[in-house]
Amino acid sequence: MPEPRLTRRNLLTGGAVTAVGALAACTPGKASSSRAEPKPAQSAPATATGVPDGKAVEPFHGPHQAGVATTPQTYAAFVAFDLKPGTKRADLGRMMRLLTDDARRLTSGAGALADTEPHLAEFPARLTVTFGFGPGLFKAAGKEKERPASVADLPAFEIDRLEDRWSGGDLLIQLCCDDAVTLAHALRMTVKDARAFADVRWIQRGFRRPPHVQAAGFTQRNLMGQLDGTVNPKPGTPEFERAVWTADGPEWFRGGTTLVVRRIRMELETWDEVDPVAREFTVGRRLSDGAPLTGNAEHDEPDYERVNAAGLPVIADYAHIRRAHVKDPNMRILRRAYNYDDGLSAKGHADSGLIFASYQADVTRQFLPIQRNLAEADLLNDWTTPIGSAVFAIPPGCDENGWIGEGLLA
Amino acid sequence: MFSRRTAVSGVLALSLLSFSVAACGSAASEGGSTAASASPSAASAQPSLSAETAPAAPLSMTDPWVKSADKGMTAAFGTLVNNTDKEVTVVSATSPAAAEVELHEMAESDGKMVMREKEGGLVIPPHGSHRLEPGGDHLMLMGIKDKVRPGDEVGFTLTLADGGTVTFTAVAKAFAGANEEYQGDGHGSESHEG
Repeated sequence: MPEPRLTRRNLLTGGAVTAVGALAACTPGKASSSRAEPKPAQSAPATATGVPDGKAVEPFHGPHQAGVATTPQTYAAFVAFDLKPGTKRADLGRMMRLLTDDARRLTSGAGALADTEPHLAEFPARLTVTFGFGPGLFKAAGKEKERPASVADLPAFEIDRLEDRWSGGDLLIQLCCDDAVTLAHALRMTVKDARAFADVRWIQRGFRRPPHVQAAGFTQRNLMGQLDGTVNPKPGTPEFERAVWTADGPEWFRGGTTLVVRRIRMELETWDEVDPVAREFTVGRRLSDGAPLTGNAEHDEPDYERVNAAGLPVIADYAHIRRAHVKDPNMRILRRAYNYDDGLSAKGHADSGLIFASYQADVTRQFLPIQRNLAEADLLNDWTTPIGSAVFAIPPGCDENGWIGEGLLA
Repeated sequence: MFSRRTAVSGVLALSLLSFSVAACGSAASEGGSTAASASPSAASAQPSLSAETAPAAPLSMTDPWVKSADKGMTAAFGTLVNNTDKEVTVVSATSPAAAEVELHEMAESDGKMVMREKEGGLVIPPHGSHRLEPGGDHLMLMGIKDKVRPGDEVGFTLTLADGGTVTFTAVAKAFAGANEEYQGDGHGSESHEG
């Protein structure tokens, strides 16, 4: 067990580091001169009512699709579709032109074309609409040779209890927004265009703390109470570029990324039986501030070599952070997870968990080694169960005249 | 289809119509951010606008779309924008996708709203706009030759009172509304349900 070393100096230092991190997160434009870095949301001047955030726009156009490097919005919906039988490349082109047009308009705060409720779009609230192609779409398009090699069903893991209703899919629409009303409207407008070509396979809805509650740049807690996502590539850094955006493989896919969506159910009833010391031992971090058990502040580098008086590692061999640790920053994954909390049983048991959305240049190279490590032995596995799994290619972005997937489907 | 639902739709359509008329005086068009006017390629395919007399197209179509349909009739919508300081009148329209295209309006007939051909064509005031929308004025496609599928692009040519023409391309969208009943000459009662 770790010795508590909470001194005022340590607390102050930790606080200062956090504050600097938050400042840096607020001015990503100054962090790097990289041409591909994400643009910050453009916020309109405060209105007479003093509520400017509703008008904040995340730019749709660019070398990469928005909704990946974008600071996570408060609400998310992930919708997966099965293409209707007989859907061909030309049909997919018609579909993606329609969907791109919807996304372009809705993210700017305008109604979609033929929108019956255009006024619901007036507060874009950082809406992003991101499209993904599952393995089946490449097959339908007759473009299997153009499929990024790692975009395929994941191998089965012993810990998996996958359900069809949360798994797979040929097409993904990911909608993220700081406003749930705007998101509901954008979801309806895009689904109304997609459904001529595809049937809905599943939808997963999630949420995070909004930026007016906890400033962007701080690591959020999951519904087990842990700070979740401490070691994440930082947008605007060279490490982020290399870890997230694809630079090899099929030519059309340069500037794209891959997405693994895992639905991780939390076994909160049995987690309740675990005391705080055991909870920290399981993860390897302090519950209070997310500091590694060998450190004083959240972003301290964990010391995996340190042993306690009994000669045992302070961060246990099977602690979550040790099993998930990736030494090379270029091999990390970008976690952009959302909580779900979808219902209660008659006994009052929650259906809660994490929509674990992981973005990486290559699933096989980056995601799978981590997933294998965790599946083999992670103390946290006793209280988490993967019940859904899907993999998508996230095509590169487009400019004002283009459409998402044009390089593959045109 | 003389149902109460139709009658209620008619009342709503009437109020929308008056709204769109009121909006005609303003050149500002709300809605789409990527206002696509007559596309350059489409315009060059039919170069009937003489460059000497009209450096810019006198009339452009913003956010055009057409309701997808399997057969029979359907309708096209959008916002006509007059770029000149003179009134512009659209007197007719054609499309390779349909045997015939008519300029329609909604009007009350025997206590219910029906669509019918618009006498005198579509008039767009100087530097003003005129919205074509479900429940209001629209371009009516009669006898479509093939399915108009979602995402299809349908070409149109508008003929103006001065003999000039304007072309544009409308994208097809699945749309539940715009099922107006047609009061035509000898066509009987039909509706363009998609």
